[in-house]
Amino acid sequence: MGHRLADLFHGRPRLQAGALLAGPVGWLVIGYLGSLAILLIASFWTLGELSGEVERSFTLDNFKTIVDDSVYRTVTLRTVGIAAAVTVTDALLALPLAFYMAKVAKPSRQSLLVVAVLVPLWSSYLVKAFAWRTILSEDGILNWALDPLGLSGPGYGTLAVWLVMSYIWLPYMIIPIYAGFDRIPDSVLSASEDLGAKAWITFRRVIWPLVFPAIVAGSIFTFSLTLGDFIAPTLVSSTQFIGTVVKSTITTNLPLAAAYSIVPILIMIVYLLIARRLGAFEHV
Amino acid sequence: MSSDARSARWAWLAVAGLSVFIAAFAIGCGSSDSSDSTSAGGEMLTDVGKGEGELNLICWPSYCEDGSTDPDVDWISDFEKQTGCQVNVKIGNTSDEMVQLMRTGQYDGVSASGDATLRLIDGGDVAPVNTDLVPNYADIFPGLKDQPFNSVDGQMYGIPHGRGGNLLMWNTDEVKPDPTSWSAVFDPNQAAKQKGHVTAYDSPIYIADAALYLMAHQPDLGITNPYELDEDQFNAAIDLLKQQREFIGEYWSDYAKQIQSFANGDTTVGTTWPYQYLALQAEGDPVKTTIPEEGSTGWSDTWMISSEAQHPNCMYMWMNHITEPQVQADVAEWFGEAPANSKACEPQYLKKGPFPDVKHCEKYDASGEKYLDDLYYWTTPVSDCGDDRGDVCKTYDDWVQGWTEVKG
Repeated sequence: MGHRLADLFHGRPRLQAGALLAGPVGWLVIGYLGSLAILLIASFWTLGELSGEVERSFTLDNFKTIVDDSVYRTVTLRTVGIAAAVTVTDALLALPLAFYMAKVAKPSRQSLLVVAVLVPLWSSYLVKAFAWRTILSEDGILNWALDPLGLSGPGYGTLAVWLVMSYIWLPYMIIPIYAGFDRIPDSVLSASEDLGAKAWITFRRVIWPLVFPAIVAGSIFTFSLTLGDFIAPTLVSSTQFIGTVVKSTITTNLPLAAAYSIVPILIMIVYLLIARRLGAFEHV
Repeated sequence: MSSDARSARWAWLAVAGLSVFIAAFAIGCGSSDSSDSTSAGGEMLTDVGKGEGELNLICWPSYCEDGSTDPDVDWISDFEKQTGCQVNVKIGNTSDEMVQLMRTGQYDGVSASGDATLRLIDGGDVAPVNTDLVPNYADIFPGLKDQPFNSVDGQMYGIPHGRGGNLLMWNTDEVKPDPTSWSAVFDPNQAAKQKGHVTAYDSPIYIADAALYLMAHQPDLGITNPYELDEDQFNAAIDLLKQQREFIGEYWSDYAKQIQSFANGDTTVGTTWPYQYLALQAEGDPVKTTIPEEGSTGWSDTWMISSEAQHPNCMYMWMNHITEPQVQADVAEWFGEAPANSKACEPQYLKKGPFPDVKHCEKYDASGEKYLDDLYYWTTPVSDCGDDRGDVCKTYDDWVQGWTEVKG
């Protein structure tokens, strides 16, 4: 039996590859794309009036609602806005930190910093989100610390969501940028200096073009993770985002929720196409 | 270059293949079982046999206590010992959540409020209940039997559990004087004083609370029932809620989060359930509640059995257990509501509950003589207005949509 199987595969590289890949590809197509397909199908269904049960008859009403009803546009724009704000914030924070880690710090300290950046990822997302809920609360530590200065924290709201999301997704931005800096040979920087470039010129003309694809790669994480999040926003605000609307609609109107969840998928497809143009996938 | 072109062709082929697959699937689904969505529900049990060893329940918070919240508050362990039915509890925070969970077919029963019961009956998700098999049914208050929200044509679809009103709660340090009206959260002049600290229940059903307020304060809208709203009335309620949105700190649907918010001072005034009030009071937090002068919305809950119940015997035993006088007294005192079993109001049972109070039933008006019958119990809005306006009322679908718009 074993021999026959071996004979079967002998000298047939295509069959070998096919057998090896059948499992993962099957999972990808059936488990992953399949569930997306079902989601897409559900978005064409409708609801029974009293029972609120899904009725499987074809309609485009759900998409019409999403396009016509201004509230969905507002929520979409708000979500894209916060995702962009979080991405920019994280990029601004991550750039100097990653540069220091990769180019300035001593090797021993370098690994220590990498660990420090990664450690928060070991604790649960929920714990971090709830911690922020406590921090930002009326009686929380932030207000307590700011009170002597006559100030008060942002409280719950959109600002709080921006703060919490920026905190939670920061490591996902630091690591790719750190890897990006790490790939730039020190000799390139020395060469730039030898040729008379000032620090700013070196950054703009040498470092930036080399590290930019890494920033775009990191931004894919921060942008997409913020775009779909629905837990932290409900913990620190009552503001609606795409994720929270889908989450609350899914219990009341599944087809509409399915239709609306197509929106972030489309946004991400566009984002990924742009990222590819900018070279984000070339070294990953 | 050529390999690039080839991979692009493959990608297109994959996409095309997938769309064919989706289309085939959609057509298949569309043509098949569209007829069974209005089936009549499962068969009614004729006798209760031996327990199946397990029971999966969907419960409102604090309806199913097994001693894990408070070791003294436990009416599940005894049941498990007596019947051998191991109880697994899933908490539902809103009626919508409960309906969705029931539709998975993985649960034997649910403590459903009036806005879930009709949806479940109409969807064929629950089975009629043979009340002869539930001895304690005899002692249920007559006013709770054969109601439009728990029966169809004289056939009961569940066993009544208990009822009560949604309360206005406020922090006595921050809100002075004590409010007596829902204007504390709806009148812009009053709500503005607590800007950023007002709360409201995060569910489309809360639109009824706004309608109830308008019923008293804008009589020319002609609202007679907060669940039967035509276009104008509905829009007025939505406008009121949008106005309220500015003053909201956070909406709540998770009772534990609301307790935390009141305790921390993030929330100072808004609608609540008696359970949160009792929990905060027990911790010594400065809160008070009232049923405001406009009246209130409320809930009347029913234990229903799934039409696909895998443990029907255990579920029948549970329905009888949860309506035992002592258990009823325990739940009623623990959650803060009126029990459904009239015998639970006898002092011998009330004295042994978690918050012993022989006047509990008087306080919560269990017999419905004072105010309980005047509450507007949660129910599912449908297009039929129930009067000569005809089929022009907003359906729950519209309410869901409206609620999304309120939150903006």
